[in-house]
Amino acid sequence: MKRPIAFIATIAVTAALAVPVIASDTVKIGALYPLTGNSAPAGQAAKAAIELGIEILNAAHPELKGLPLAESAGLPNLGGAKIEVIHVDHQGDPSVGQQQTLRLITQEHVAALLGVYHSSVALTATAVAERYGVPFVIGDSVAANITQRGFKWTFRVTPIATDFAAAYTQFLKEMKATGKKVDSITVLNENTDYGTSVGGSIVEVAKKGGFDVQQIVYNAKSTDVSAQVLQLKEKKPDVAIFVGYTADEILYMKTLRDFDYMPTMIIGDDAGFSDPSFIPAVGDLAQGVLDRSAWAAGAPGSVTFAINEMYKARTGRDLDDTSGRWMQAFLVLADAINRAGSTDPARIQKALQETDLKPAQLMMGYRGVKFDASGQNILASTYLIQLQGKEYEAVWPEAHATAKLQWPMTGWK
Amino acid sequence: MILLQVVVGGLLLGALYALFSSGLTLIWGMMNFINFAHGEFVMLGMYAALLAAAWIGGGPVVFGLTAALGLFFLGVVVYFALIREVMRGPMLAQILSTFGLALLLRYAAFWVFSPNFVTLPHPALAGTISLAGILLSIPQLVAGLAAAVLTIGMHLALTRTAVGSQLLAVAEDRNAAMLMGIRPDRMQALAWGLAAASAGIAGALMAISFPFSPAVGETFALTAFVVVTLGGFGSVPGAMLAGLIVGLIQALSAYWFGPIYKDVVVYGLFVALLWLRPQGLLGTA
Repeated sequence: MKRPIAFIATIAVTAALAVPVIASDTVKIGALYPLTGNSAPAGQAAKAAIELGIEILNAAHPELKGLPLAESAGLPNLGGAKIEVIHVDHQGDPSVGQQQTLRLITQEHVAALLGVYHSSVALTATAVAERYGVPFVIGDSVAANITQRGFKWTFRVTPIATDFAAAYTQFLKEMKATGKKVDSITVLNENTDYGTSVGGSIVEVAKKGGFDVQQIVYNAKSTDVSAQVLQLKEKKPDVAIFVGYTADEILYMKTLRDFDYMPTMIIGDDAGFSDPSFIPAVGDLAQGVLDRSAWAAGAPGSVTFAINEMYKARTGRDLDDTSGRWMQAFLVLADAINRAGSTDPARIQKALQETDLKPAQLMMGYRGVKFDASGQNILASTYLIQLQGKEYEAVWPEAHATAKLQWPMTGWK
Repeated sequence: MILLQVVVGGLLLGALYALFSSGLTLIWGMMNFINFAHGEFVMLGMYAALLAAAWIGGGPVVFGLTAALGLFFLGVVVYFALIREVMRGPMLAQILSTFGLALLLRYAAFWVFSPNFVTLPHPALAGTISLAGILLSIPQLVAGLAAAVLTIGMHLALTRTAVGSQLLAVAEDRNAAMLMGIRPDRMQALAWGLAAASAGIAGALMAISFPFSPAVGETFALTAFVVVTLGGFGSVPGAMLAGLIVGLIQALSAYWFGPIYKDVVVYGLFVALLWLRPQGLLGTA
């Protein structure tokens, strides 16, 4: 017997399947998603990713080498206990999120919580968890203030605006070091919370990095962006960074073509560039644009490739960046519960604070997982992906690349 | 040279504003009735163009006409099924009926077409031409010119044809028109059909260059109200002039002051002009 624990756990699982599960054999976690409403597709995709995560943890998956707890069945330090997730819909509504968090804590007695997509919901839901002293792990909500309120029970795994700004600046510095002309940058960002926080961070970090940075702020509901494109054409930056939503980014690509102006490189900050409508609408005008994603399926034989295949088998789709960040948060939480060896919230909190996962133990492209005193993962990072043909390919950092970076972009030419 | 580019771009966009606003002003002029679902008519025109481009194929003439015919039919149906009934009710019922219709159409579109953004298939019209150093995208040029021609055509049809005279007669005095053998019901249905068709064809023309989703009507409805108020309620030439002005001011202020200020400038001037001239540019007090 090479793995006695796995063997015992397998027997325990088989036994558990045969007889009704008693409460002490499972660890209950509450997960809050937007399962209905405007963001339902994202919520449903995240739920499918969490269900896959549960399957990976509760059954033995020796093929997923390096991923903590995947090779064993259940949580070894809790005698092979299985994880049970209670999936809850918060409808994208902060007050529903608040009520549901309260219900999960007081009535379902969950050991920890996971969520939530909308930053607005994250703010109210984590406040309830803080009051009751239950750990809340945030998978994907990026508003900076979620971890800036001095909370002791909130932990955030995902990278946030400053991490994206740091990644773009680092990438451009590396390009410059290889002799490419990257001196001037123009940031075009839409003017609500998302655009101003990410756009502002990029301007700040890139200026510190020694670049000549200009900023154009616009309203994402515009029906015409020619003024912005003409301004861009006058400024002639080496790199343009777009932070906006779907309709405006599609319009930008078309208008750039109409005015026949192409910067050396365009970097899109996720949202509009990652929307399912982007590639069908303007994919053939946007060849070579860069986008960010912390998820890359990688080469066949890798752990991430295997995870993507399992996700595809369940949903018929590739795993996306948002759902990937959810699943990663779930795995981080499960690892902490296992190290705590208990379902006591205070011990799970302590284990989360001591979390120190290395890149090889992660499915996402973070430099690791380690929380600072505010609960933010200080090793969160992102990859850059590039539109080549009909798909985005990972191109940076080179160690995780699935294709070679094309510089400059070729756009519609 | 860039300034000239901005001016031409603003005027071409303004011509489209003028076209879909002229439908709104026509209904007001005919029946003193505000149609809050007008933006949704524009949105449906865009989807009609999308369906026509996918199923029938052909260029902008084909899907422009399909959108116009489809929306004309919808306008007539809306008149007989809804408007004719609520016209007998109190003012508030009239206002809220088209507001309800707007929500119904928007959420029906969400259900049928999904909330994702779509664009017309690519090779519909593409490319740019350079005129005296100004780069013009062919889709925008065609859309802007077609819109200007259609708006002028609508004005001429209303003022120079027999049917136009009958429409205006009903608007002027419904009872007197009836005594002259004109059927007001038919004329008003025709006005709704024409109004919806102008919104539909404007939507189809804009769909060539703009990505759209079922929520797009909101933006256009607001623009249409501003244009109609600025031009003077009920005046098609007023809507034409106001549409061009709004397009031009938006483009210039976006270029001079920055894109986030363009709406502030437009609405600021709008309020100032109404203060000076409450009846609008070409309206009568």
